[in-house]
Amino acid sequence: MPVNILMPALSPTMEKGNLAKWTKKEGDKVKPGDIIAEIETDKATMEVEAVDEGILARIVVPEGTQDVPVNELIAVLAQEGEDVSAHPTEQPREAKPQQPAAASVASPAVSVTPPSAAPAATVAADPDIPAGTEMVTITVREALRDAMAEEMRKDEAVFVMGEEVAEYQGAYKITQGLLQEFGARRVIDTPITEHGFAGIGVGAAFTGLKPIVEFMTFNFAMQAIDQIINSAAKTLYMSGGQMGCPIVFRGPNGAAARVAAQHSQDYSAWYSHIPGLKVVAPYTAADAKGLLKAAIRDPNPVIFLENEILYGQSFEVPKLDDFVLPIGKARIHRPGKDVTIVAWSIGMTYATKAAAELEKLGIDAEVIDLRSLRPLDTETIIASVMKTGRIVTVEEGWQQSGVGAEISARVVEQAFDYLDAPPVRVSGKDVPMPYAANLEKLALPSVAEVIEAVKAVTYK
Amino acid sequence: MVCALHKPNAGDLPSRRVQRYMLGTMAAQGKHMAATGTKAAAAKTSKSAATAKAAGAKSAGKAKPAGFSREQDLDAYREMLLIRRFEEKAGQMYGMGLIGGFCHLYIGQEAVVVGMQMASRAGDQMITGYRDHGHMLATGMSANGIMAELTGRRGGYSRGKGGSMHMFSAEKHFYGGHGIVGAQVSLGTGLAFANRYRGNDNVSLTYFGDGAANQGQVYESFNMAALWKLPVIYVIENNRYAMGTAVTRASAQTDFSKRGLSFNIPGEQVDGMDIREVYAAAQRAMEWCRSGKGPYILEMQTYRYRGHSMSDPAKYRTKDEVQKMRTEHDPIEQVRERLLKDWKVAEDELKKIDASVRDIVAESAEFATNDPEPDPSELWTDILK
Repeated sequence: MPVNILMPALSPTMEKGNLAKWTKKEGDKVKPGDIIAEIETDKATMEVEAVDEGILARIVVPEGTQDVPVNELIAVLAQEGEDVSAHPTEQPREAKPQQPAAASVASPAVSVTPPSAAPAATVAADPDIPAGTEMVTITVREALRDAMAEEMRKDEAVFVMGEEVAEYQGAYKITQGLLQEFGARRVIDTPITEHGFAGIGVGAAFTGLKPIVEFMTFNFAMQAIDQIINSAAKTLYMSGGQMGCPIVFRGPNGAAARVAAQHSQDYSAWYSHIPGLKVVAPYTAADAKGLLKAAIRDPNPVIFLENEILYGQSFEVPKLDDFVLPIGKARIHRPGKDVTIVAWSIGMTYATKAAAELEKLGIDAEVIDLRSLRPLDTETIIASVMKTGRIVTVEEGWQQSGVGAEISARVVEQAFDYLDAPPVRVSGKDVPMPYAANLEKLALPSVAEVIEAVKAVTYK
Repeated sequence: MVCALHKPNAGDLPSRRVQRYMLGTMAAQGKHMAATGTKAAAAKTSKSAATAKAAGAKSAGKAKPAGFSREQDLDAYREMLLIRRFEEKAGQMYGMGLIGGFCHLYIGQEAVVVGMQMASRAGDQMITGYRDHGHMLATGMSANGIMAELTGRRGGYSRGKGGSMHMFSAEKHFYGGHGIVGAQVSLGTGLAFANRYRGNDNVSLTYFGDGAANQGQVYESFNMAALWKLPVIYVIENNRYAMGTAVTRASAQTDFSKRGLSFNIPGEQVDGMDIREVYAAAQRAMEWCRSGKGPYILEMQTYRYRGHSMSDPAKYRTKDEVQKMRTEHDPIEQVRERLLKDWKVAEDELKKIDASVRDIVAESAEFATNDPEPDPSELWTDILK
């Protein structure tokens, strides 16, 4: 049977091309791999190879023809002795795959809720702590260590790797004692090669191991961000659900003190931008413990953003055998009725101090500790704003495309009618972090700025 | 000829054979290298070629690679032919607009993955870059599933969400299909880490090209693999062009078997067009890894006949160079000749194999053309577990 030769698409974007030259004539024998024509695209001149064996029976589009659409019949190939005069040369059926119905996937122009098929995050509330549970006061540092130790005792597949995590006992002493308890097989010092060991962790996680990869700080994870995003976050999707990546990337995030621009960046917005990741940023020791345990158990890649300044702060933690908290659920840290202040991690220190000051001024602020940045607990924020009618967000990161920007957008989209004032963002200033003490102080948000912002939205 | 070896205890090292057919080819022709910056390289290579010649550049003159049995030659022929025909069909379907985006064909390199796979065993993992169709076929993944992924249909291995460059099979221990050049090297090292952690003796076969071999994370991975004695074979498929850049224009050290030198990783250069050489080298490397000695590097000297991707007219090399490779070094023709001459396999028997391969490929094309696109609801699945 004669074979139709169609104008080939030679690049992802090619729609038409020029038939520059036929290198075979009608009647010539061709075999697979023979160059039969040259085609010019907007990028290059390409040679077209025959795929099948036969005789070039008829050239339909003569050489020199411009703008031949992709998939148009250009020639007919016949087998020996075949007559092609009767062969139909009408265009074959449209080879292009059908587009899915546009309406079913496109987001509506104005959306109050996310597109219908988007999975709504349904997250359980915090587990009840049984009455009479003993509370112990420990630091965030100890809480993180305990969480890892407990999960490593429970599950042989959990291990921790990173720079100085073993012999040195952790650059910030978060992994103190783990080497002694679990040995060098499961507490692994790596060379200073973030890109490489992040990739090794992800590869190990593909096989079902559950690595905890510690970055000495998240500033250095920028070297590894390709593996975190392109490999860890996207592989489940790209594999059609076959290959998961149960890994935790953890370490201190954001500004410490006087370490200047390269060591003081807040990555909250960066990671919370990425579908396929979960992002957690706790403030209290109890949340650090319960959420790190949840992160280690989670079958997805989790970015666990800690804060160096909080490591030494003490909080009460319930003394329970297995205290696990849900990822994706905010916590109302201080109920109030006049204004909603949303913060997380170190941002909570500004928010809570401001709330205490505001109380003296007769303003009753509700403080929400987000705890998780992805999934983002929009529901809790919206419910609060519907009550207070005003919102101030607090973050150390930059404003542009920041978490505060995202929260403001969602509030405006979903609770516009409840707002009595425009949302206000308190944030790090739009500059690299300076070294000088006075300038660093200016670059960071402050309690005073939170108070000012609240006064502005409450018209006080 | 032996590539420089760097392990103090040379007694631990397997014997290695090096065949520099490419250098021989280039020196003989003296004109096939890209125009710029090749003089010094050409001068350098001619010396090596002389050495190779002295050792017997033609395979007939040197110690013949361990022969394949009739069955092995038949298997090799069938497997390589399946990849060749599949890729030709994929190229054709790309031309018809059925396959979109980027599509990188493996034509010419078939002996590398088929030879490696013949020496591997169940449980060994495989991971590679984006020129991955041949690797998947070699693991036994179905042609239908691969072709349907190329066309973005629901019956594809990733249900149409990965495409040519991103496919996986947990069942066949195929870990992708990665679109970021070099990323698979760290990931493949992680697969080996998992083997070591679990205490099994599986080996991670981590493939990458001469282009990826210049990425920084490759050396970070080499360091950790050697430090922790991870069972990983780094298979460097040197097809002589990183996209359009000739190896000599991108690499200060073009002997990729030496790239592990400063980490004490042994390496050898292998004629990647001769499947028997590939198989023999693979066996040496696997023995090394399985006995707990750590990583091993195999530089496979191979050649891609087609452009880097479908939109590459390959103007950076001469037609003669390509033609010479096809006529003198084609991996499939070599086996075919042996089957006909040495094994006296009847032409008809080979025709039957050809026909069965064509049937598999035709069926995959048919399936991939008619299988529906993914349901729109698939947009939202597999983001999180």
